[in-house]
Amino acid sequence: MSDSDSHATGSPYAPQTAAETAAMLDAVGADDLESLFDVPESVAFDGEFGIDARSERAARREVAGLLGRNADLTEFLGRGHYDHYVPSVVDDLASRSEFLTSYTQYQPEVAQGFLQALFEFQSMLVELTGLGVANCSMYDDATALGEAATLSQRVRSVSGDRILVPEHLREGKRTVLSNYAEGPALTVESYPMTDGVVDVAALADQIGDDTAMVYAESPTVRGVIEERLGVVGDLAHDHEALFCLGSDPIALSLLERPADVGADVVVGDAASLGTGTAYGFGLGMFVTREEYLRQVPGRLVGASEDAADRRAYTLTLQTREQHIRKERATSNICTNQAWVALRTAMHAAWLGPDGLVDLAEDCVTRARDLSDRLDDIVGVKAPIHGRHHFREFLARTDQPASAIVADLASEGFAVHAVEDHLVQVCATETTADATDEFVAAFREVAK
Amino acid sequence: MKYDQARWTDDSDDRYEPLLSEKASETVDTEDSPLPDDLTRDSLSLPDPAEPELARHYTRLSQMNYGVESGPFPLGSCTMKYNPSFTEDVAARADAAIHPDRPDSTVQGTLALCHRLQDYLGRIGGMDAVTLQPPAGAAGEFTGIQIAKAYHQHNGDERSEVVIPDSAHGTNFATAAMAGYEVVELPSGDDGRVDIEALEAAVGDDTAALMLTNPNTLGLFERDIEHVADIVHDAGGLLYYDGANLNALLGRARPGDMGFDVMHYNVHKTFATPHGGGGPGAGPVGVREELAQFLPNPHVRERGGNYEHYEPDNSIGKVHGFYGNWPVLLKTFAYIARLGDEGLRDASAKAVLNANYLAEQIEYEVPFGPFHHEFVASAGEQDAADAAKRMLDYGVHPPTTKWPEIVDEALMTEPTESETKRSLDQLAAAFNAVAGDSDAELADAPSRPAAKRIDQATAARNPRLSWQALDDT
Repeated sequence: MSDSDSHATGSPYAPQTAAETAAMLDAVGADDLESLFDVPESVAFDGEFGIDARSERAARREVAGLLGRNADLTEFLGRGHYDHYVPSVVDDLASRSEFLTSYTQYQPEVAQGFLQALFEFQSMLVELTGLGVANCSMYDDATALGEAATLSQRVRSVSGDRILVPEHLREGKRTVLSNYAEGPALTVESYPMTDGVVDVAALADQIGDDTAMVYAESPTVRGVIEERLGVVGDLAHDHEALFCLGSDPIALSLLERPADVGADVVVGDAASLGTGTAYGFGLGMFVTREEYLRQVPGRLVGASEDAADRRAYTLTLQTREQHIRKERATSNICTNQAWVALRTAMHAAWLGPDGLVDLAEDCVTRARDLSDRLDDIVGVKAPIHGRHHFREFLARTDQPASAIVADLASEGFAVHAVEDHLVQVCATETTADATDEFVAAFREVAK
Repeated sequence: MKYDQARWTDDSDDRYEPLLSEKASETVDTEDSPLPDDLTRDSLSLPDPAEPELARHYTRLSQMNYGVESGPFPLGSCTMKYNPSFTEDVAARADAAIHPDRPDSTVQGTLALCHRLQDYLGRIGGMDAVTLQPPAGAAGEFTGIQIAKAYHQHNGDERSEVVIPDSAHGTNFATAAMAGYEVVELPSGDDGRVDIEALEAAVGDDTAALMLTNPNTLGLFERDIEHVADIVHDAGGLLYYDGANLNALLGRARPGDMGFDVMHYNVHKTFATPHGGGGPGAGPVGVREELAQFLPNPHVRERGGNYEHYEPDNSIGKVHGFYGNWPVLLKTFAYIARLGDEGLRDASAKAVLNANYLAEQIEYEVPFGPFHHEFVASAGEQDAADAAKRMLDYGVHPPTTKWPEIVDEALMTEPTESETKRSLDQLAAAFNAVAGDSDAELADAPSRPAAKRIDQATAARNPRLSWQALDDT
């Protein structure tokens, strides 16, 4: 027997037998399957895609062969996408088919499990941020930032179309924001950073009454922990602009509560918990003040009661959404990242508050320890900003950054090239075992 | 002690699963941190279950949830088909877990796979170039409309309107508005299809695009599609294909051949990705040659046997922070490779057969036709939402209700190719039982699932969206 299965022709996942197909065709009064297609001759496709069917085994072998062409590197990479250890229990529980193969919870009575899990996800974000309303996911941090920008225009009492963002912003995030900003005619401007943090004086000069939103990140894309977020928040509020803070759930478990620094919206990527690296696969986090509830984009799960007076959960305030409000919806988002949110909630619960705080503290000490070790190398200065860091930091190298990156790659390590002589390095528990070898390799390539 | 069997088998009250916060919650203070006090929060209060408790919690939650592997799930326009386990295995490969910022030369395998999938999707849609970046169908729509906008701007042609049939997915309207366009809603004709006269009246110099689903949400093929394309193109507009219903056409007709200029593929519908309770999906966008210069940055191309990211000349920029929902794309690739030409054609044929067979078996009135992958029945005198709740009592997931609005008390039903005749008969029996049930029985439904009828009005009037907002915890 070959490795093909009993459904040797056609889709192996269309399970009707030939006899059933015949009976069904008979029931609908059709001669054959082709006659069911109401497609005019002039647009009918009678060609081939030229795609050969493979057995499961052959398809798996093909993917393995392709991915085998990737270099085997230990990645000291971050800049918005992080690798943290995900416990096996998350993979196991999230793979249960009742979760994995369900749909958006339009019939809440048979979706209580997922709704409760999403309610718990929302609750965890509310605790982490101190803000009252979290939606149950956006695509990633960049799209969440885009949605925050459009929200700022909707809720602001006076008109204004400028969105101010830090000059140290990942380019990918900035261009996504620009796409979101185009429809509502918002303009995106950068404000300067000095020594890795917001240049508050420059921001004060730049902000005006036509500023709809000020965005800042902590940790920044360079891993720097911002020390004056409260001042940034005050500046924004002095001009009736929204203060949007970018962060992630691990950092939020340790750093100042966003509510305490005046954040009106918190966005970021929550996939740092529950997902590991997956080529940029994300989970957009969106949390805001209760007063903006009816302008929030995306899905919201609320608590209610069923006919037997038991607590029950349901999607709520759907009149904000595209399937009800159509062109007056707060966002076009429909399919979101629900299953990724489930994984994040599971991972957070597995860690518990102690585990989360420990992990966050670990992100501070690992970055500090590794930058200290790199700083000892001749030809390397690290970190370049004399500040507190989270997970990652910049190093200045005498050698060109492109040469450092290429030489490290040939030694089996990946780091970011940021500028001509600046590389960025990220350390988490997943790179811990390789740190000594990495430092040794860095010493060689930095000469 | 006598074992109280009734207590352990009576499921009327026991299905409630306490919140994690009710099981265990601990507050930690964060004073001993490696950071100064003024940079850290004072405390954090989150649930702290042990792993066995966690496992039971989520297992219990899963038991209170209905998926495709639980039973028939004929949610119209959502294409809830079976997803093979092997695609999950492929996406979970350890060597698929790579960071997006690696140099191209170190990710040749990943780029080759992306390139092969771009090529496959292009062939399936009849499109010249495909980007994998949009992370969902609606994100694909947004990408496509931004491309259309860039195209017109590139030509110095400012256009302000997007035309959309009243039967279209709500995302189309929201997307056009989000991109800054005014929406012109097109009323459907008496046969449920595009009304050519109404289209001619709606389209003009301001038309940037017509967004169309074909077959449409009533399951009807737009037979006049070439005429529609001519009208839009003659006015200088572009034709946008909403790929949500592509499962109905695989190998029988291609959007590119029908005159569409830009389209998105809901790969989680047409191919395979479990919907995961509402995502992740992915919404690759295909365009014809002339529009390829506007595709999102970066795009993947092959040069001399090597693969590389590059920026198309007049790229709209990015629509996702990195490269989109990569694991979903990996599953899509594996699924297409598994099925090949013949499998894709067969899946489509069986999806269409199943829809027609089910439509034939149910006693509710089903207007219009002939159908492709889905049909919209009318619950008639019954309230469609109540009928749906009652279907839950017969052990199947109900169809989409009250939409599209052109059918009264709509029950929009899409069985997909995954159902056998036996399960379709089970579905039909559920429909027909509900059709014969009284209004009182409908109003009281459901009684079998984990929750009885949920009070949605109170949830909206008094929003409690986190455990912090619950006064009874």
